[in-house]
Amino acid sequence: MTETGYFPATQGATEAPAPRRRLLDQDWPKLLRAGAILAVGQVFIALSGMPVTFDRRLLIDPILSLGYLSLLWLPLVVSYWVGREQVLEGMTAYAKGGRDVLAGAMTALLGNAGLALLVVGITHFDIRDPLVNWSPQLLGILEFEESVWLGALIWPAIGAGTGALGGGLHWASSRISRTTVIVLLSVFGAAVLESVITDLTQGFHIEAVSEWLYGPKRGLTYPAAIVVAVAVVGVMTGLAAYRASPARDERAARGEGAATSGGSDTTRPAWRRMPTRRLVNLVLTVAAIVVLPLFLGRLTNELLANVGLFILLALGLNIIVGLAGILDLGYVAFFAVGGYSVAVLTSPGSPRFDPEIPWFGALFVAMLLAGLAGLFIGAPVIRMRGDYLAIVTLGFGEIIRVLLLSDWLSGTFNGAQGITNIPGVEVFGLATVRGFEPRSVLYLVLVFCAIAVYVSWRLENSRIGRAWMAIREDESVAEAMGVDTVSAKLMAFVTGAVLGSFSGAILSAKVGSVFPHSFAIIVSIVILVVVIFGGMGNIPGVIAGAVVLIGILGGPNQPGLLQEFAEYKILIYGALLVWMMIQRSEGLIPSVRRARELHIDEMNQDAWLRAQAAADDAHNGGGNRGGGRP
Amino acid sequence: MQLTTKQRTRVDWFLTVLRVIAFLVIGAGFLAFVAQAINSDNPFARWANPDAINLTGEQLQGLVVTGLAQGAMYGLIALGYSMVYGVLGFINFAHGEVFMVGAMTGAITSSKLAEAGYWESSFVLCLLLVVVLSMVVCTVTAVIMERVAYRPLRGKPRLIPLITSIGVSFFLQNCVLVLLGSTVKSYPDLPNWLTDKRTFLEIQGSKILVLVVAALAMAGLWYLVEKTKTGKAMRAVAEDAEIASLMGIDVNRIIVKTFAVGGAMAGVAGILWGLLFRSVVHTTGFLPGIKAFSSAVVGGIGNLGGSMAGGLTIGVAESLGPLMILEPLGVSGPSQLRDAVAFAVLIIVLLVRPSGIFGERLPSEERT
Repeated sequence: MTETGYFPATQGATEAPAPRRRLLDQDWPKLLRAGAILAVGQVFIALSGMPVTFDRRLLIDPILSLGYLSLLWLPLVVSYWVGREQVLEGMTAYAKGGRDVLAGAMTALLGNAGLALLVVGITHFDIRDPLVNWSPQLLGILEFEESVWLGALIWPAIGAGTGALGGGLHWASSRISRTTVIVLLSVFGAAVLESVITDLTQGFHIEAVSEWLYGPKRGLTYPAAIVVAVAVVGVMTGLAAYRASPARDERAARGEGAATSGGSDTTRPAWRRMPTRRLVNLVLTVAAIVVLPLFLGRLTNELLANVGLFILLALGLNIIVGLAGILDLGYVAFFAVGGYSVAVLTSPGSPRFDPEIPWFGALFVAMLLAGLAGLFIGAPVIRMRGDYLAIVTLGFGEIIRVLLLSDWLSGTFNGAQGITNIPGVEVFGLATVRGFEPRSVLYLVLVFCAIAVYVSWRLENSRIGRAWMAIREDESVAEAMGVDTVSAKLMAFVTGAVLGSFSGAILSAKVGSVFPHSFAIIVSIVILVVVIFGGMGNIPGVIAGAVVLIGILGGPNQPGLLQEFAEYKILIYGALLVWMMIQRSEGLIPSVRRARELHIDEMNQDAWLRAQAAADDAHNGGGNRGGGRP
Repeated sequence: MQLTTKQRTRVDWFLTVLRVIAFLVIGAGFLAFVAQAINSDNPFARWANPDAINLTGEQLQGLVVTGLAQGAMYGLIALGYSMVYGVLGFINFAHGEVFMVGAMTGAITSSKLAEAGYWESSFVLCLLLVVVLSMVVCTVTAVIMERVAYRPLRGKPRLIPLITSIGVSFFLQNCVLVLLGSTVKSYPDLPNWLTDKRTFLEIQGSKILVLVVAALAMAGLWYLVEKTKTGKAMRAVAEDAEIASLMGIDVNRIIVKTFAVGGAMAGVAGILWGLLFRSVVHTTGFLPGIKAFSSAVVGGIGNLGGSMAGGLTIGVAESLGPLMILEPLGVSGPSQLRDAVAFAVLIIVLLVRPSGIFGERLPSEERT
């Protein structure tokens, strides 16, 4: 695992050799605490039913199922975390060694003792009444269908093993530990991506590859896992060699030159101002995205279409939350406006508006209505405190759902029965996009994603985009500088609303029906998690967030790659949101400016430290770094 | 500068129109209701809803009492929002889920007690036990929540803990879902003397019980906050955390205590929910949580007495609003719109008087 802290600890390796610690010179309280936390976590995972539900999905054919993996990953992470020590500048960093392996092993042993207790508990007591997963199936998995004693003894042993691995990651050189983590992750990835890879090989008529890779129960076969691991190690070694070679520096220098030569000329159109190499990469990526769906099967295209819908939604929310800094929790309202306007206008099954109009006409109306909804929701809340605004927008989102569901308006929206029979999209007589042809839907989604990306990108670098960012950073200062904050914020609401309505419009044409429960508040929350996970205010980040989260876990009503996670995805989204906020509030791929805002204190402190160091250096003639400062 | 002023007036104009529309709708509905009550055949009562039914005085009284009982419950939950907002300055969105955990604990323990036969034989003792247990579980939940999720975020911009609390909320909700399953957990039947209509004003005993328990909890809280040293420290931290710490108050401990007290109140509220509605699922916490937050805002956030008053206001409004305002206006199925009414009340309150009816009490830097 790589260092994830914003300011990585400085390595003191160049100075005097680090002192060693004896094997039993442990930080016992920390160790015990971590062990207890791990025990609670493991018992929670076991009782949440994950091991039982996931047991059907094999990852590595005969030996590892997703169910057992759900009990293995936490000891690894916690034991790694136990060995992590923040080394402040000027303090002694101890050498990593067998002591850390032992620390990890003991922590995870203690933690998995919780599982051992659980095994004994399930055999002796029956509290299945409140705890639904206190079941014989769970017991069977925990004791490997053998005996209680095996179960009670083997889990601490497994814990010690994984813990030693987790602690050992500190001992090994950073290259080895990084390679280990990446190998583990890519074997996991290869196993998870089973359906996509099978789909791809069928598209290219090389089914033999996937047949060799995957066993009959969807897991990687034993040799295939080893081959994947070896291949990854090979690629990583190759990359490392390439990075170290002088040829790369030359190329980088040339690339740099291209970047500067194309940088400052503002008279040329925006795309021509990009460095050539980035432009080439962009064109290649676009070409790949356009061609790839032709080789993909139904399943993958469907999955990608769902991901695309969420990219659209996330890009829209990104304008409101990421750029303008307005926390809108009722974003689903605009999604609903888009979906329902198209449904009412195009479906012969809708109770009102008999002359049905084509999809593109309906889309236009949907955009208009969504823009209006943006104004109407935005105007009353625009002056509120940020947190009141969040709750009120949440209220608006919920009001819209309640109204769609109500008898009062069922003359238009058909209440809980929803509107069905929505026809597909006729693209100017050239093609028809229908839900049962996921490829056509995917292309439609891609076109709109491209529009949304272009709009977001241009807006971000425009006058209004800069106004939004100024408001996000400090509203009163922005106002004092002459930014018209009220209309800029309303603009953000309207733009976000229109982008959200695209997604709703495509969804109703894709699914062929809309129901009020598709627009529950949880949709807003999932979009928010996607934006935050990817990196607020950063277009590639938001796209990556949608691909990773929606692709793997799935949206609130859409399955992802790991369909087994259906019951658990909101749990995971919730935990992820908390973890991201605490550990990395700027997101996976942060926008530079946003990160600067979030870590302003640390940056200031850092700058102050650096200034102090410079002053010290000036006084002492450059000597004595690290002494005398906290 | 001139441009800014112009834009401001445009939005202000729009807001004024919204306020006027809200008042007109409420006023028209209420007038139609009054007209109906006077003489159900007069044309003013019939113009919007020709077949509106006339509420009897008894029904009206029943609605008010139900509203008060629910409002007392909202008020107890609102205390948690209000206290945390007063001390830390952020909306603890997950507080509604703490309440749900309390209701869940109550459902499980009370049905276990009923299985063992104690629930019927010694009801008051059992209820006391269930309330105490629920308070303990909720307190622990709230304190763990503070320690794990909110403490690392001290001093971050206000929206960050808010987003975190949304995550905590969905996490807690789904923890209960995966651990306890998605089935509805029900409370055992209440003894007859609580479900029968009493001769005293024809009010159900259970609703009186709810009001009594809420009043006791409120009195306990008042004593804690106003008369004890801990309460004094809490008020000091709410006024200014930095100065309080200079005065020798352990701010972290006071914050933990604030969460604990808020959690305990939510635990009591959870049992009240059980007494009123008799069943609970993992999604139970969301709407009462939002309504309780509305109550806290209505009463003036940071103001404890105000929270209770706000809760009673929201409870009565929610109970009477659909039948007194929407039904006379000809909206069909008005009770389906109850939740929308609750949100509408929040929005109207924030539009008309964002600092609440009784005024908010916040540290000076929060008042922006």
